[in-house]
Amino acid sequence: MAARRLKPVDAVLVGFGWTGAIMAMELTEAGLDVLALERGEPRNTNPDFSYPRVADELTYAVRHQLFQDLSRETLTIRHRPGQRALPYRQLGSFLPGDGVGGAGVHWNGVHWRAYPAELQLRSHITERYGAGFIPEDMTIQDWGVTYDELEPYYDYFERVCGTSGQAGNVQGRIIEGGNPFEAPRRGEYPLPALPALYDSELYAKAAAELGYHPFPRPASNASRPYTNPYGVQLAQCSFCGYCERFGCYNYSKASPQTTIHPALMQRDNFRLQTQCHVTRVNLSRDRRHATGVTYVDPTGNEVEQPARLVILCAYQFHNVRLLLLSGIGQPYDPATNTGVVGKNYSYQILGHVDLFYGRDTIFNPFIGAGAAGHVIDDFNADNFDHGPLGFIGGAYIGPGRTGGRPIQQLTLPAGSPPWGAGWKQAIKDHYLHTMSIGTHGSVMSYRDCYLDLDPTYRDALGQPLLRMTFDWKDNDLRMTQYVTERAVEIARHMKPDSMHAVHHKAGSHYDTRPYQTTHNVGGAIMGSDPRTSVLNKYLQSWDVPNVFVMGAGAFPQNLGYNPTGTVGALAYWSARAIRDHYLPAPGPLVRT
Amino acid sequence: MRKLVLPLLVALAIAVVAGGAAWLFAPAGGPAAPYVAPRLPASAGASAPVQSQAMVLRGQYLARAGDCAACHTAEGGAPYAGGLRMNTPFGAIYSTNITPEVVHGIGNYTYADFERAVRHGIRQDGKNLYPAMPYPEFAGITDDDMQALYVYFMHGVPPRPQANRDNALPWPFSVRPGLRAWNTFLKPDTPPAPDPRRGADWQRGAYLVRTLGHCGSCHTPRGALGQPKAMSEHDGADYLGGAVLDDWYAPGLARTLKAGERRWTEDEIADYLATGRTAHSAAFGPMSDVVQHSTQYLTDADRRAIAVYLLALPEAEAASADTDAGDAARRQQRLARTTRELADARPASLGARLYLDNCVGCHRVDGQGDPRTFPALAANASITGKNATSLIHVILAGSAMPSTRQAPTPLSMPGFAWRLSDEEVAALATFVRGGWNNQAGPVSADAVRAVRRDTGLPAPTDRNR
Repeated sequence: MAARRLKPVDAVLVGFGWTGAIMAMELTEAGLDVLALERGEPRNTNPDFSYPRVADELTYAVRHQLFQDLSRETLTIRHRPGQRALPYRQLGSFLPGDGVGGAGVHWNGVHWRAYPAELQLRSHITERYGAGFIPEDMTIQDWGVTYDELEPYYDYFERVCGTSGQAGNVQGRIIEGGNPFEAPRRGEYPLPALPALYDSELYAKAAAELGYHPFPRPASNASRPYTNPYGVQLAQCSFCGYCERFGCYNYSKASPQTTIHPALMQRDNFRLQTQCHVTRVNLSRDRRHATGVTYVDPTGNEVEQPARLVILCAYQFHNVRLLLLSGIGQPYDPATNTGVVGKNYSYQILGHVDLFYGRDTIFNPFIGAGAAGHVIDDFNADNFDHGPLGFIGGAYIGPGRTGGRPIQQLTLPAGSPPWGAGWKQAIKDHYLHTMSIGTHGSVMSYRDCYLDLDPTYRDALGQPLLRMTFDWKDNDLRMTQYVTERAVEIARHMKPDSMHAVHHKAGSHYDTRPYQTTHNVGGAIMGSDPRTSVLNKYLQSWDVPNVFVMGAGAFPQNLGYNPTGTVGALAYWSARAIRDHYLPAPGPLVRT
Repeated sequence: MRKLVLPLLVALAIAVVAGGAAWLFAPAGGPAAPYVAPRLPASAGASAPVQSQAMVLRGQYLARAGDCAACHTAEGGAPYAGGLRMNTPFGAIYSTNITPEVVHGIGNYTYADFERAVRHGIRQDGKNLYPAMPYPEFAGITDDDMQALYVYFMHGVPPRPQANRDNALPWPFSVRPGLRAWNTFLKPDTPPAPDPRRGADWQRGAYLVRTLGHCGSCHTPRGALGQPKAMSEHDGADYLGGAVLDDWYAPGLARTLKAGERRWTEDEIADYLATGRTAHSAAFGPMSDVVQHSTQYLTDADRRAIAVYLLALPEAEAASADTDAGDAARRQQRLARTTRELADARPASLGARLYLDNCVGCHRVDGQGDPRTFPALAANASITGKNATSLIHVILAGSAMPSTRQAPTPLSMPGFAWRLSDEEVAALATFVRGGWNNQAGPVSADAVRAVRRDTGLPAPTDRNR
């Protein structure tokens, strides 16, 4: 194990997606010498996402060109403790990214802020509904950070991304057409909302008639040409329908490449090394201080990179696994309910209603953008009274028109022939005349849903795989049923020829095959107590103060919302704390 | 820049073959007289122990204004260490190491050696440089600037022990003394001295454009023997009148900036030089590199001075077929017609169909693109000029805007060589040149074939189509 030892750097970033780019920008601005280590390939708009090659559904969406290479590392999955988890050769339910830009390349661009109540969930629920309202095995927590603290960073990340949206609440002033439930924002979105597609027009009208509050989903798909605070430019989205699972050829979808890299790469105090796979964070003898990281370089050799500051910026799974592999923090044990690393893994739960219309109602589904679509938030978070319902959480409801791709985005009424001439005829009859309303819902955290190292299976480098123990719980199944029923009511009001609702039923089990969301959270959660969280409110490790951990691993339970807006805001928030407080006096930023 | 040598080599070949001319091989005018350089002030001499940092920085600024790195830095190579390959049908020549390294670079050049090389194209050993080096233009560099450049190259550039590569030129092109004849008979005069009747901005702009920036190296056409046809506007409309180089057409500047349907303002030119983009246009091909490596580093005042000078160039001929035939209303009608044809997705030609399939997402049905993001194609002088070489080249190879300090995003267009045949590129280019309010002539498949051949870009395979 005589690893080659390199010259120290001020800060090493493990992984170079959204949070890596944000941290690199912030820390180089503070004058630090920053090195980013990314295990995947370099990727850029040109040539990697060039038109028309990137609009190739088979390569990217079906064969997962931009996603994690599972032949080298996967994870093992089981429903509950006591079962034997098995390693997955194919993933379906979630699709972690790979390479420069990470999942920030292939996301849809749905860009939310969490609600204040969600950031203090346990306190809020206890206060509104009483402590007994929270089931005993539900381990939801407060985040340790408040909306007011995060607001400037939400705002800044939106300005970096050129987010297109309609504000609903600017400094307490409620604005027609926006989300009336949203917490006060300091200003409008940087760009006006994307235009409503026809399915959203119909949906918004029906939802409003039923007394709900439709508004355009905030989209980091630029509705106009835009120049962000770094001087980096986005182009106007052309609704090509190739956001999710693809890189954007049009410079329209916010990604690290389209919003940060061009400015960052001009800085002399930043370096990026790709195909360098960090295998552990190295610690001092007393395990209170990180000395750097060890990685495997592209030729397969081990290299030791000393650093004063180690920031984990990889995907949630990898950050949690790296903490476990490095021995940072006490691993979580569900039996004794002790330890923290791996605790509170959580996910999301989705339902949908498909609406089938006749020949005169034409949606042109190939016109789409990742985050296009009007939604209502009347049944999300704690925007509605949960008291009589007896569950916690919610979902946003609305049509999301990401595109009309021929392989994965064809929807047929139940009972249509599954193949052959009959199937083709059904596609012809329905392709232009079908829309869908989705329910995008939260999942809470539970004592027996967690991540740890698999005792049996190892990756290509011989290190234990991450093991996921997770299943649906009654609370969230009842939530998705309730919310999808509301969606059905709206759909009925839209008077389709026929409709078909799908949601997970009571007692059903988590299935890794159908895609849901790549919104895996928890495992390296933030909080205000080192006994129940891995990170303090600044995403700093309680145990090793010169290690910071970015990403959705910090979420103590999931939101109904897509996480990227909060992930970006937390990264800027953490960076500000590092710059203003950690660098002048390195050490724990929160004393206990 | 890279093909600058080609016409010169052609000129030499003609001279050698035609002449049996002994003068080619003898120093012009008998034995070379010892060359006397202007005296360098002691403070700036190579022997002076400490150079002022200010002078190094000024030299760096001037080296950027002169874009020395464009030729003297190989792709991915160390700055100024040379080795950039310049292909010619006669063989390759390589730019040289001009770092202050003693063995391979110019580390033991005295100021006199340096000045003679830069102004007169003569190396320390007395041999002639190929006139790819724009010494006829550089002859007009002021003494102060020359001294700052010398100080920069001696003290501001890290020495690199990178050996110069031998040029792969067969006889007779390898015969350097032949260059003396070129110098004697064909070398143009130094750019004219400042015109006292003009303002300070214009004077500065003239110096930057004519001399230091040697813009004419690309933008001024050359004579049959490779010599620039003009060194300033006093020599006629050829000056910055547009020329083809390396399968790019460097457009006529007076015409592009002043005679087109979209007249450029001083602000736009200055902005273009800082960022490589304006509301309607984008730098492409070699000009993108010029903005990237040179003009983005100029001061605002210098970029503005260049704009003042360029906008004061004599008016280009009024009647260019592409821009002002017909009145505004008719142009508007034509624009609307093409826009409708594309918006309705009822292409009337192969070119229009290819435009819909490949271009419309960014450049839009109305051909207006997006401000500062995707250039407009309608009423764009780079599209509608008489010479379509650049349009063909961009379609085949793609292009990227520069990444500058003020505008970091290198917005780019992918190449379509792998996807479109010569006939298709010709049809597409013809559509773009004639669509909307454009009225430029058609492009032939032969013209496309020539660019594809020169650039070595692949032809589409059946699978790609």
